[in-house]
Amino acid sequence: MHPGSTRLGGTALTLAYDRRVIAENLTVAVPDRSFTVIIGPNACGKSTLLRALSRMLRPSAGAVLLDGRDIHGQSARAVARTLGLLPQSSIAPDGISVAELVARGRYPHQGLLRQWSREDERVVEESMAATGVDDLADRLVDELSGGQRQRVWLAMALAQQTPLLLLDEPTTYLDIAHQIEILDLCARLHEEQGRTLVAVLHDLNHAARYATHLIAMRDGRVVAAGDPATVVTADLVAEVFGLPCRVIDDPETGTPLVVPAARRRATEPA
Amino acid sequence: MLRTLAGGGSPAEQFIVTELRLPRLVTALLVGAALALAGTVFQSLVRNPLGSPDILGFTQGASTGALVVVVLGGSSLALAGAAVVGGLGTGLLIYALAWRRGVHGYRLILVGIGVAAILTGVNGYLLTRAPLMDAARAVLWLTGSLDGRGWANAGPLLAVIAVLAPLVLVGCAPALRMMELGDDTAGALGVPVRRLRLVLLASAVLLVSFAAAAAGPVSFVALVAPHVAKRLTRAAGPNLLPSMAVGAALLVGADLLAQRAFAGHQLPVGVVTGVIGGGYLVWLLAAERRAGRL
Repeated sequence: MHPGSTRLGGTALTLAYDRRVIAENLTVAVPDRSFTVIIGPNACGKSTLLRALSRMLRPSAGAVLLDGRDIHGQSARAVARTLGLLPQSSIAPDGISVAELVARGRYPHQGLLRQWSREDERVVEESMAATGVDDLADRLVDELSGGQRQRVWLAMALAQQTPLLLLDEPTTYLDIAHQIEILDLCARLHEEQGRTLVAVLHDLNHAARYATHLIAMRDGRVVAAGDPATVVTADLVAEVFGLPCRVIDDPETGTPLVVPAARRRATEPA
Repeated sequence: MLRTLAGGGSPAEQFIVTELRLPRLVTALLVGAALALAGTVFQSLVRNPLGSPDILGFTQGASTGALVVVVLGGSSLALAGAAVVGGLGTGLLIYALAWRRGVHGYRLILVGIGVAAILTGVNGYLLTRAPLMDAARAVLWLTGSLDGRGWANAGPLLAVIAVLAPLVLVGCAPALRMMELGDDTAGALGVPVRRLRLVLLASAVLLVSFAAAAAGPVSFVALVAPHVAKRLTRAAGPNLLPSMAVGAALLVGADLLAQRAFAGHQLPVGVVTGVIGGGYLVWLLAAERRAGRL
């Protein structure tokens, strides 16, 4: 796959729940092997876009293309072998162990005639090792902390072995240390395993630090897309979030760091 | 008795075993298994231990169908057919009201409870309109009874189970296991969520409706059997086959108790399942609460 190509993208999408239109004429492309992060204020349509990209939501107009074909023209199972999704909330069944839950990620690779194999076993073990939950394999998921649980869900998504992985706010509900832990893990998966990641994140500074490609949205439109170093500017943050700020270099990484202004200007309309 | 089953024995023994006892036993096994399978599927689909056909209104719908026949007058075959139509009609109604857009368990349960309450009212009205003798027969039917059940009752249910049990147990069980993780996660893993839900909902409603047609709306088996199976297997995921076994055993046991508990006075089996099932459920809720799981 040559650089600059895209396996996943949406063209002229209209996204709506029932009659409530979230986005119109939205076009996005996810560069291959990128760690793409979608940011924007609440209700800007970023999670909706992720749902459309992952085949959960059928666009009212336009099409999401996966490997050049309409994603809704492909079976759920076929898509699930190429594209994984970590939704905002998942439910761990009562009494399920970590290893059992991670093993469920193998579902799209199984069938009536293709039962559990050594290959499945190996992938499950590797996925647990990659997310550092191998020590917890026999523990019940109910007993784990929030950070551990999120790593288990990530392990399940990894066991699906998809070249593309979509994550809907993977750091929500976690404290700052566990947020960084999950994002570091994502960055490692991206760099070491060459997976294409697409994540919706709330924290602009996290996005600027980890993303290789940033998509900034507001009111169902893409306001800017590209390298965070060029995209994240004080003007953009003002335009997208309505937040006056300064953008400085992150002393750790040199990526843009957004520092909100100390006080809103009194003349700004309420 | 084994001799009689093998073809020996006097004509009287033959009659009692093959025409009275055996069909009753088989009907009990089938009704128990069908209700338990339907209950397990519902509970799994809505991810709620209360998601049973008793509570969601399907049973009441089957009763409404049967009562209409009682009021208008009709054969027992028409009554069974009407029960099936009533159950399926309720299924369609609830699907249209709550489920078409892919809704979460709670909404389905609340709509189901609402529909169940309305249908209970309708059923009460129908009872008041029925002639006295027919009303007495109807009340017995509404309690759920295996009394006098013959091969004619077991046959249609057996056919439905023969088709749907393999479909659900072999065709849908792995996907249903994924559905427990939430619709989004299941979809991300490649489960065709809407289609699976529709197939399973239709199967479960058919099972409940035909079970009700055979023995009346026997209460609590569909609700309790999955819980018992879960405690016995201690395994995650829908325990479909163990539930069916538990349901069948539960109904046969309850029917034996109903026939023998009071000398000279047979109870309808629904009374026994109601008492046992209700009692077990209360105990289960208390135990879960003590264990801090509820």
